[in-house]
Amino acid sequence: MMDTLLLSRIQFGANISFHILFPTITIALGWVLLFFKLRFNATGNMKWMDAYRFWVKVFALSFAMGVVSGITMSFQFGTNWPGFMETVGNVAGPLLAYEVLTAFFLEAVFLGIMLFGWNRVPGWLHTLATFLVAFGTTMSAFWIIVLNSWMHTPAGYEVIDGVVHATDWAAIIFNPSMPYRLTHMLLASGLTVAFLIAGLSAFRMLIGDRSEAVKNQLKVGAMMGALLIPVQILAGDMHGLNTLEHQPAKVAAMEGNWETDEGVPLLLFAIPDQEARENRMEIAIPYGASLILTHELDGEVPGLNDFVTEEGEILHPRVAPVFYGFRVMVGTGMAMLLLSWAAVAMMARKRTAEDGTRVCRGADGIGRPMLYAFVAMTFSGWLATLAGWYVTEIGRQPWLVQGVLQTKDAVAQVPSGMVLSTLIAYLAVYAVLTVTYVLVLFFLARRASKGERMRNFERPRSGAAVIPAE
Amino acid sequence: MMTLFGDPAIWLPIVFAGLMGLSILIYVILDGFDLGVGVLFPMARENEKDIMIASIGPFWDANETWLVLAIGLLLVAFPTAHGAILTALYLPVAIMLIGLILRGVAFEFRVKAPEEWRRFWNRSFFVGSLMTTLSQGFMLGIYIMGLEYTATSVAFAVLTAACLTLAYAFIGSAWLIHKMADDFQRRAVRWAQRALVGVVVGLGAVSIVTPLVSARVAEKWFSFPELMLLAPLPLMCGALIVLLWMALRALPTPDDRWNWFPFAAAIVLFTLAFFGLAYSFYPYVVLDQLTIYEAASAPESLIIILFGALFVLPMILGYTVLAYTVFRGKAQALTYY
Repeated sequence: MMDTLLLSRIQFGANISFHILFPTITIALGWVLLFFKLRFNATGNMKWMDAYRFWVKVFALSFAMGVVSGITMSFQFGTNWPGFMETVGNVAGPLLAYEVLTAFFLEAVFLGIMLFGWNRVPGWLHTLATFLVAFGTTMSAFWIIVLNSWMHTPAGYEVIDGVVHATDWAAIIFNPSMPYRLTHMLLASGLTVAFLIAGLSAFRMLIGDRSEAVKNQLKVGAMMGALLIPVQILAGDMHGLNTLEHQPAKVAAMEGNWETDEGVPLLLFAIPDQEARENRMEIAIPYGASLILTHELDGEVPGLNDFVTEEGEILHPRVAPVFYGFRVMVGTGMAMLLLSWAAVAMMARKRTAEDGTRVCRGADGIGRPMLYAFVAMTFSGWLATLAGWYVTEIGRQPWLVQGVLQTKDAVAQVPSGMVLSTLIAYLAVYAVLTVTYVLVLFFLARRASKGERMRNFERPRSGAAVIPAE
Repeated sequence: MMTLFGDPAIWLPIVFAGLMGLSILIYVILDGFDLGVGVLFPMARENEKDIMIASIGPFWDANETWLVLAIGLLLVAFPTAHGAILTALYLPVAIMLIGLILRGVAFEFRVKAPEEWRRFWNRSFFVGSLMTTLSQGFMLGIYIMGLEYTATSVAFAVLTAACLTLAYAFIGSAWLIHKMADDFQRRAVRWAQRALVGVVVGLGAVSIVTPLVSARVAEKWFSFPELMLLAPLPLMCGALIVLLWMALRALPTPDDRWNWFPFAAAIVLFTLAFFGLAYSFYPYVVLDQLTIYEAASAPESLIIILFGALFVLPMILGYTVLAYTVFRGKAQALTYY
């Protein structure tokens, strides 16, 4: 029988893994919807309205999934981790309260107007509602990342009788890793949405939908991916350097480096063995890790053995999940770079139009093999985001709040059988919902491609008006 | 600044207990009616289900947010109580959460998933709503009994589970009386009549049991002069129930006037019941075990939240009113994105 601590960790891990999938989509998709809406307002071109109408469905669905899984998390602080709030509640509490007050209500209320208010509010108010939903979703991400970053790099506090008290709110909010973590997460959301849009649009083209709207969406997705991925690589590198400064044990686990040394190689592959405290089957680039982390060939890289106390207590995370997670994340990013840039290059190729002028081929320039590649990569953003979350969150262990509170000291003393039974229930629900969600996305794409696009769609009017049946 | 109104360690816990109570009350009223609609879902005919969903579609998400705010304020302002309460309610909380998940996603899946799945998601909407209302009622019962699991307290909690579910069904049908027309409206009136019986039983049970469980509560209610000062509360409840009973017999009126009355009366009734319970509990957050002063967190953190709340809550209430204004009037099969 597993103990309550491990089961609670698995339960929370399952919960946050399920939850993060959906905000990762809604954060960026909200802004993309605003972009579609503004383009439609400016041009009146129906291809933008088609895009809005399709993706707002995906947004609503993802939003509902995010809301219900988020509520679960807010309760689990109390049911599974009472020590968290009892110790750091003075910092975590206000941050969570501000998320609810400034973001949750804004999103929830204006989402209602955005989804159902089309014929009931003036066009400008509908556009404003779209903006406020996007803004609220991003604000929500901001507060959560602030709290999460603070748990990694706590600042602006003092400990009195074992309880954390806030001393400097500016230092708490702008804690050392917050800007890097927030940028990295927002870009991850952008990339997830870029490949989701490109993937579903490629799917629609493959099943024979060659409409302007779909080609336009594929172009938007591919361009968005191509633009964001280099920025993400840069931001990720800076985030890594920040982590090296504040959480060297995590970086040591990411690199699979056991002894602090100079001129450390970059491991492309290895099987870390925590019991033997060494790696097997290493494939490495000499001096690579030192070069990337310190920008010098003989720079010093921290080793995991520095984080074992003389009594033998291990104060570094389990190496394998961090090590592999990092490689999955980076590998997925590289695949994104290759695919999106290749696609943009193919779209930029010229062909001769009927009147003899040379024009870009656009989405028509993308051949079937590459369309299949986009479909395969539809959820690549999820893969990279989850892998990244595992690197950063497992990488913080055994700490819940780095240097302040260990995970084992925060767990609730509930019987393990109770945690196990609820864990099984949650896992069953999450599995069914995730599979259903993915199937429904492709189902919606297929349905939209079968000519269900609303051609008779009118511009919004004010007041209660005729409501077109769908 | 902090000492301007006296010792913040005294008044801050009261303010936050008030804010938390207000969020719970708003939650029970607002999510109450849409949960109630979920509980009544199987009683509607197939072609009516879409209109039923449309009547709550634009609101349910924001309604549910009040629960997040309430639980957020509990964990922010009273972290010790938060841990004690939620650990004791571990299983019912898990059941409620799974219920909220099922019904929340059903809103989307029942129209977006392939047609042949719709029955499944319709059932999920009902089952999820029912799991939520039953577990909330069960938690209320256990909470009143001091968070202890004995044969008596569980039996009482089962009773409150049934009664709270009926109370939600009652406010849900009151909402439908307001939003629906014709035959559907007539049937909603009948549902409201039946559910009202459950409300009366529930109010009675809680009023009898709470003073029995706690001598302190009995003392607060049944000593002089409190007895006289508090008498209007149960009297108003009784009068409202009589009025409701008469109104439900008269509804629907020929020109559809007074269709708002059951919902308005339900709000007042819930509010009165809530104040009765709050008066019994004060100053305890766990009955006779933990006061709001013992459980409160550091004043400097609470002040930070209070500033935000004082600015933001009026805005929230403002755009909530906007949403209800935009979607006023009889429900129709809205365009469903």
